[in-house]
Amino acid sequence: MRPLERVVAMSTMTYLQAVSDALRTEMRADDRVFVMGEDVGAFGGAFKVTDGFLDEFGADRVMDTPLAEAGIIGTAVGAATVGMRPVCEMQFADFVACGFDQLVNVAGKMMYRQGLSVNVTVRLPSGGGFSGGPFHSQNPEAWFMHAPGIKVVAPSTPEDAKGLLVGAIRDPNPVVYLEHKNLYRRMKGEVPEGEHVAPFCARVAREGEDLVVIAYGAMVHTALEATEDLEDASVMVLDLRSLVPMDEEAILAAVRRCSKVVVLDEANATCAAGAQVAALIAERAFEDLDGPVVRVATPDVPIPFAPALEGAVLPDVKRVREACRDLLAY
Amino acid sequence: MATTTFAPPDHDGAAPAHLTPTDRVALLRHMLLMRTIEERAMTLYRQGRVPGSFYDGFGQEAVSVGAAFAMAAQDRLCILHRDLGAHLVRGVQPARILAQYMGRAGGVTGGRDGNVHFGDHRLGCVGMVSMLPDMMLVATGMAMAFRLRREARCAITWLGEGSTSRGDFHEALNWAGVQRLPVIFVVENNQYAYSTPTAAQYAVAPAQRAAAYGFPGVTVDGNDVEAVFEATRVARERAVAGEGPTLIEAMTMRMHGHAAHDDMSYVPPELLEHWRARDPIDRQEARLRTLEVDLDALRDEVAATVRAGAEEALRSPEPDPATATDRVFADEEVHLGDGCAPWSGWSR
Ligand SMILES: Cc1ncc(C[n+]2csc(CCOP(=O)(O)OP(=O)(O)O)c2C)c(N)n1
Ligand SMILES: [Mg+2]
Repeated sequence: MRPLERVVAMSTMTYLQAVSDALRTEMRADDRVFVMGEDVGAFGGAFKVTDGFLDEFGADRVMDTPLAEAGIIGTAVGAATVGMRPVCEMQFADFVACGFDQLVNVAGKMMYRQGLSVNVTVRLPSGGGFSGGPFHSQNPEAWFMHAPGIKVVAPSTPEDAKGLLVGAIRDPNPVVYLEHKNLYRRMKGEVPEGEHVAPFCARVAREGEDLVVIAYGAMVHTALEATEDLEDASVMVLDLRSLVPMDEEAILAAVRRCSKVVVLDEANATCAAGAQVAALIAERAFEDLDGPVVRVATPDVPIPFAPALEGAVLPDVKRVREACRDLLAY
Repeated sequence: MATTTFAPPDHDGAAPAHLTPTDRVALLRHMLLMRTIEERAMTLYRQGRVPGSFYDGFGQEAVSVGAAFAMAAQDRLCILHRDLGAHLVRGVQPARILAQYMGRAGGVTGGRDGNVHFGDHRLGCVGMVSMLPDMMLVATGMAMAFRLRREARCAITWLGEGSTSRGDFHEALNWAGVQRLPVIFVVENNQYAYSTPTAAQYAVAPAQRAAAYGFPGVTVDGNDVEAVFEATRVARERAVAGEGPTLIEAMTMRMHGHAAHDDMSYVPPELLEHWRARDPIDRQEARLRTLEVDLDALRDEVAATVRAGAEEALRSPEPDPATATDRVFADEEVHLGDGCAPWSGWSR
């Protein structure tokens, strides 16, 4: 028999719906997968990612937990050691600080120390831009990039929101999955129905050859908008998608092609993911550069509450455009 | 819910209902093995063959041996730093333990972690992390998975009385209570946390706090291996029957310093005298004398086993430096196994 050509049906979904779709698809296909977190059951999660899940999957697999982030991550680790695939929701990414130790010291080091895998996915609704203030706006990805044994992914599109979450659930390691709150309802796109897994590697969001902006998460869209129409320059946008592992070859290829690089982070600048990208380029692509590596990031301050203050620190289209313009003129 | 003090059924001299004479000898043998291995390890430490530090459980052997002995092969264990006996009950061989202390390739973690920071996952054990009492939540999560899957299994972890002060203690007890999970928490109250006595650690005893989380807290003589076994057996029965967690506070004494460097000058000598007279190995030996067990032969066998184990461990090579950056990530899932646990035959 000739193999049938597989036609992938697509649906239009918001980024938020794509996160839900990933969870629903995996929970239907695999009994080992369950979600746990604060208010994920009857309320459907603070952002409604698990809306309707309680009815479909029941309270055991859509587990409302006590207000206890170390508890959420620590018990998920235990469940994983006996064969489950828990998906933990932090109500906001910021609260993962309270479960940090379980993730970094228990989950992250287990394979190295003992040869025991910990398949735990931790979903972090992250990022600012809506007056969330110092405790509801953070981008804590670098905390986990610095901790061995933890993978870190950050989708920017609905398609990848689904594909990377399915990939995270199937990955045998602890995976921190950053879902940007500012993309939840703002981003809409085509998402494959049913089975869809995205690999943990970078993606070219737009081709170009004069300059590359390297970004991830919500900043991919800021980069695209800032460079849409930039004095006829051809600007590439590289969407990292995965921060651990980091797709070094894709970064180096982009630098070889464009020779000018802007690295963009919404996170605080010091030791951010973009700092790692810049270091990689300095070490391995110095000869390919035709100008300094330029970084745009949030200065090292807590994210302030008032729109006027928050707007002054978060990278925006204007700042990115200026950085690109200056570098193009270099 | 009242706190109860657990009196084992053989306090008046009658044989315990759930232990055969062979089991009772096995309990003694595991305690002897633990003590002999740790004494040998201390010698290796003084000879400079154990890098880093060395921690032991001298005088506390009954707590890990008695509790681990009550678990079944399909149960899961998170074992702490005074609990070498639990690893032995589970089937870890002396040579691998001594190689572990020395950071050799043949150690349980192959030199990747030291001390008692190990667990043989094939035998159903997760090795502890230093952060205390993080493993309480891991054990609680195992129990959560058992409940989700409707499996009649149980998880157990140990912890020191000092670590009852940290937040994870509260989060784990609360979680286990809310979800009525099949988990057992064994608090080893050895009177000290490093140099800190219990009076500076807590205002309410750990066993009494269990009631606040909705399940029983029991105290048991932690230097009586059969009493610890019996308290754990009852807790396990409750757990697998769906009746929820139990906190067992085993009263004992840390007879050595916190680690090899600590001369414990802060411990009053009378306190040590008091507990020396209650040595758990002496007590089990006294019991078994009435059963006409050949204790000399048992001691000789244990000594020979440890001697052979030490020789094997000393032959084990250093880990290959070229492997230091390997296996940070898993390529596929690896879960805990049942091991082969003949000692748990009674609970099948
Ligand atoms: C969270 C944490 N803080 C500090 C330490 C350092 N430390 C190691 S053991 C110990 C004392 C532990 O006392 P206890 O819980 O009573 O256990 P014991 O050693 O007496 O068995 C301390 C302070 C640690 N391991 N974990
Ligand atoms: Mg103590």
